[in-house]
Formats: sequence, structure tokens, C-alpha cells
Amino acid sequence: MKFTDVLLFASASLSGARMRTLLMVLAMAIGVAAVVVLTSLGEGARRYVVGQFSSIGTHLLIVFPGRTETTGNPGMLIGSTPRDLTLEDAVALTRSRAVLRIAPLTIGSALVSTHRRNRETPVLGSTSELLEIHHMELAQGHFLPPGDPRLATPVCVLGATLKKELFGTRSALGEWLRIGDRRFRVAGVLTAQGQSMGFDTNEIVIVPVASAQMLFNTPALRRILIEAKGRENIARAKRDALEILAQRHEGERDVTVVTQDAILETFDRILRALTLAVGGIAAISLAVAGILIMNVMLIAVSQRTQEIGLLKAIGAAPGQIRQLFFAEAALLSMVGAVAGLILGELGSYAIGVIYPVLPTTPPWWAVLAAFSTALVTGILFSVMPARRAARLDPVMALAGR
Amino acid sequence: MIRLEGIQRVFQVGEQAVHALADVDLSIGAGEYLSIMGPSGSGKSTLLNLIGLLDRPSAGVYRLDERDVTALSDEEQAQVRREKIGFVFQFFHLIPRLSAAANIELPLLLAGVPAAERKTRVSRLIEDYGLAERADHRPDQLSGGQRQRVAIARATVMQPAVILADEPTGNLDRATGQEVMSILEGLAAGGVTLILVTHDPDIGNRAKRKLRMVDGRVVSDQRT
Repeated sequence: MKFTDVLLFASASLSGARMRTLLMVLAMAIGVAAVVVLTSLGEGARRYVVGQFSSIGTHLLIVFPGRTETTGNPGMLIGSTPRDLTLEDAVALTRSRAVLRIAPLTIGSALVSTHRRNRETPVLGSTSELLEIHHMELAQGHFLPPGDPRLATPVCVLGATLKKELFGTRSALGEWLRIGDRRFRVAGVLTAQGQSMGFDTNEIVIVPVASAQMLFNTPALRRILIEAKGRENIARAKRDALEILAQRHEGERDVTVVTQDAILETFDRILRALTLAVGGIAAISLAVAGILIMNVMLIAVSQRTQEIGLLKAIGAAPGQIRQLFFAEAALLSMVGAVAGLILGELGSYAIGVIYPVLPTTPPWWAVLAAFSTALVTGILFSVMPARRAARLDPVMALAGR
Repeated sequence: MIRLEGIQRVFQVGEQAVHALADVDLSIGAGEYLSIMGPSGSGKSTLLNLIGLLDRPSAGVYRLDERDVTALSDEEQAQVRREKIGFVFQFFHLIPRLSAAANIELPLLLAGVPAAERKTRVSRLIEDYGLAERADHRPDQLSGGQRQRVAIARATVMQPAVILADEPTGNLDRATGQEVMSILEGLAAGGVTLILVTHDPDIGNRAKRKLRMVDGRVVSDQRT
């Protein structure tokens, strides 16, 4: 019997029982659509989170003084303190070709006061590059002046909340205030932004790094932020940073470089696992559809007992009968799977319309997996009915028993 | 061409063993026209099913064209049925969702005959049996006589050597029955071995060789 004839015969018997076929296709379609929609939701969430991370600077590396790696080093004396990171170290990092820009950071706390109010506030010492690296936005005025980071210019930039607390609704630009024992002029005000990298940018005041060093009376930097030239340069930037700092620290590798990429990767992994889990749960409905197919095929076998008997009488071998029922189940699940894919794509599109921030395209692997799972379950669950049909006794079958 | 030796067929009904066929020895030559008559339960249908390889004997040997077919596997028996045997049933057994032409085509489909050849063979038969206007009709749109003609066309489309007819007129009125019988007899005249099972003596007595069965045994074998 020719393959196309098998298919034609099977599709004829499917269209012979229209209602049954329709319901079966629906069950399969819902299963496939569930997998497609749920995985595309999961994938959308993953891409959303990754996208959000990218917007705050994915190419970011952070240099901390000291080593946090737990490699045993018997040669090191107990109690040796790590060398401080200095402004010179920071400037030296710009020699790497993988580095786009750097921003040194000192962090401290000081009393900030106008002639009316005062407040204990975190103080950030940095350079003009911080604005770009940290994706901060100015509401008013200018950021720290560009130029030599060693210049202690007496200007400052206020966080949104701090500005309100010190100046209320009055304009703060050009006003003078005291931080610790020094006077600074307000050059700009940040927009309200919220928590980022461990401190609340609404609450801080930013001053030039040299001023902060004088204020806190220390040459040490708390950390250095590095922005690499693109994602592909992150690894090189990290290597270069370690290299340069080791050279400057007499060969001692006494700093830790953390890439934001590593954090991102973790999120990526978690969300991918989540998508898989959700897709797996949806796949259960596919298994249910498979069992439904088995049930329906068993009914078909008992309804068409006489037909099977006749086919045997006119020379159908048991293998051919099996083939015909397989083809029927395969067609059912294939049509169901295609309908499900269309349904799923439409569903994903609808979610995309309702929540435009979620990039909801179903991942190709989920589409493939849903489709093949549908086919495999359909055929697998038709093994039993097909074998039952093939084993029918022709005389009994013809008599309809 | 058909030779049965010591054929037995025993059915187990509950505790009891029922001998549907007991020690049947029979030999039928090529091109014979033979009727099997007897009361119901005499085993005539069982004998026909055995000859048609739809059933296997409990004991004995069945040779078809000098070949022992009782030992063949299911797949091999199916092939023998496909190539050598055509069935005509009392209840026609047409597939209701297929057109008359598609029903006739079915054995060719199972045999894997190419579509073009199928078409010519089927359309020739449709002409021969006067079904041209009914070729695209489904069985429920056909009369009893037309249905049986479709069934006979289906049985002959593979050009088998043997036609087995189980009460072919049992579901038809007398006139249509006569019509169907003349078609079958036409086939027999053309050299096909025709074996007919019937209750009806009028039909059965038309055959050249008449078998009578009672309780699973052949009690008379007349030739005219």
C-alpha cells in the first residue's frame, strides 16, 4: 500500500467522523498552544529582565580593593592588609584599550548643611564620567565638571530627595552649602531614580573625587567602576584591569574585579529554568491530549469493527491495518499541533499587545518541542488501539462482534 | 485447486466444545461452480471462511494451488486473500463514507497498484456493472442491488481465481437476487471458481455441483 494512499484513506476516515475529529484536534491544539504561550511568557520575562539590566550598563565592571577569592596562599603573611586603590590606579586603568571610561568612587558620610537645615548624608566622590557609567539623569544644572580628577573643585550634585529636604521647592542651583567643613556650590540636581548598586541615589550628594578624599582625609578609593567597550570586551577589560593594577601594586594581585555580566548570567539562568518548568507543566496537557487520542482511537476501532473485518477479508495484512490507524492518529495530532501553534502564536501576540513591555515571541525550541511532543504522544498512544485493530478476528469482526 | 483433508474446526463455547466442522474432505477444481446448502448451524459459513482464509482449521490440511496455506503467517494469508480470493457478503460490507468507485478501488489500494492503473481498472468495472451514473454515490444512496453489484465489482477487481459468496441474495428481493446471480454466474462461466453458500434451494440448485451439510459434515455431494 502506498504512503499517500494510506494518508488519503486515513484522512477520509477522519473527515467521516467530523465531530470526533474536531474535538480531538481542539484538545491537541490547546495543549500545544499552552506550551507555546507559557514558554513565550517565560522567555518574554527573561528578555525583559535582561533588557532592564542592560539599560543600567551591562558592560560594567567593578574593582574592589582586596581579594575575596578563597584561594589558599601559604606564602602570604597573616594580617597583611590589602593595598588601597588610589586615584592614580583609577587613571592608569584607562590605558587598557578595552576600557571605554572609568569612574573612581569614594563613599563616606558627612553632615550637609545649608544655613537653615542640616542632614547626615552619604557622600559620593567621583568624576564626571559617573553620570554616563551609572546611567544617572540630571533634572537640573550640570554634573561634576570634566577634566583632571585630581582637581578638588568645590561643586556638588544633589539627589532629588536631598535637594527637597535642604531647599524645599526653592531652586538649589548656584546655592552654597557645607559638607563637613568645606563649602560647595550646587551645580546640579539628579532626577528621582531609586535604589541602585547599594545606595539610594535620591539621598546622596556627589562631589569631585579629590574633594571627597580631602573631606574624608584618605587617598583610598572604595571602588572603581569601569565601562568596557561593548560586551565582547568585558573579559579583556577584566584581564587588563587585573594586569595593570598588579603592575602598580608590585605584582600583587590584591584587587577583585566583578562583572555585571556575571550577575546578569545568573538571572538569565534562573529565568530560563523557570520557562522550562512552566513549559513542562504545560506539556502535561499534551500528555492528556495523547490519552484522549488513545481513547478516541479505541472507540474508533470498536465502531469500525466491521470495516476492519472487511479490510482483512479483501486482503489487508495486520501491518496495513496498524498503519492505517497510526496514520489516522498522526494526522489528528499533526493537525492539532498546527492549529495549536497558530493559536499559541496568536495568544503570544495578544499578550504582546496587552503588555507591550514584554517581548513575547515564543522561543523556537519550545515551538519545536511542543510540535514534536504532540506528534509523538499522538502516535505513541495510538499503538495500543492500532494493535487491537490489527489483531481482530476477521470472521468475528465482519459479524460486528 | 482447493483441497481440504481432514478439516476440523472446534469452537469452545463455555465448557462445551462445538464441532462446527468435523472431518471435512473436499476437493474443488478450477472453474467449478459449487453451492453449499444446509440448515443454519451446519457449518457452511465456517467452511467458506476457512476456504477464504478468514479462519484457521483446528486440525487438517488445506492446500490452495498445491500449497499448504494453513501454515502461513497472517501477513502471508492476507496476501493470498488479496490475490486469489474475492468475497461477496450478504450485508455487502461497503465502507459507508467512501463512494462506490472508492469501495471498488479498495483492494487495489491495499495491493499498492499505481493510481493510474487503478483508475482504468475501476472505471472498466463500473461500466461493466452498469454503475456509471452511481460511481460517485455513497452506499447509502444506492439500492440493494446496486450495493451488491459494487461489492461484486470489488471482489473481482483483483481478478481472483476464487469468488466466495455468502448468501449474496439473502438481503435482496427476488428480481434483484436473480440479477445478482446472473452476474456471479457470468463470472463462473468466465472461468472463475465460484463457491456459493445459501439457504435458498432455488438459488443453490442452479449450481453445477451441490454440497449439503448437516452438523459440520458434508452429507451429499451432487454433480449435474
